[in-house]
Amino acid sequence: MQLGRVLGTVVASVKADGLDGVRLLIVQPLDRHQQPRGRPVIAADGVAMAGPDELVHYVSAREAAQALEETFVPVDHAVVGIVDAVEELSQ
Amino acid sequence: MKLARVVGTVVSTIQAEILDDRKLLLCDTLDAAGQPDGNYLIAVDVVGAGAGETVLLLDEGTSARQIVDRVTGPLRTVVVGIVDELSDDGTWTS
Repeated sequence: MQLGRVLGTVVASVKADGLDGVRLLIVQPLDRHQQPRGRPVIAADGVAMAGPDELVHYVSAREAAQALEETFVPVDHAVVGIVDAVEELSQ
Repeated sequence: MKLARVVGTVVSTIQAEILDDRKLLLCDTLDAAGQPDGNYLIAVDVVGAGAGETVLLLDEGTSARQIVDRVTGPLRTVVVGIVDELSDDGTWTS
């Protein structure tokens, strides 16, 4: 899993089977200091509660589909939690 | 598996059910010499790793779910070991 920031949502009426009813979020990947890194990805909302600008953690690859009701769906990123706090060890 | 160093924790109350009651550790991944390689992963801890410790990360879903006795669920990265010693200069330490 990695940290991400929800930038917005994607509405797509024509989607692959199994994705109807799945919220799609635009997520900006963050580095471990919560700074933007890399290009935004489109992630399925596995907790169905992530709002705009929220700090989330998301999972990639095969496990992303495992975050949804229907697990045999073409999803490669999924938000699996809303982050309350990141406590970094002061080195 | 991957080498990593625990550099923090992630607190999350609204999350996928498989993650509930599990500690999420923020881990810098390391190169063979034990130096941070610029990437990081959030991993579920099952060995009680502490902050600053060098650890072994399993980053593959099927085995990760096996470790927490689950068949399905969006779990992929698990801390499966705490490293005592690294020798990458060819010396062999049993």
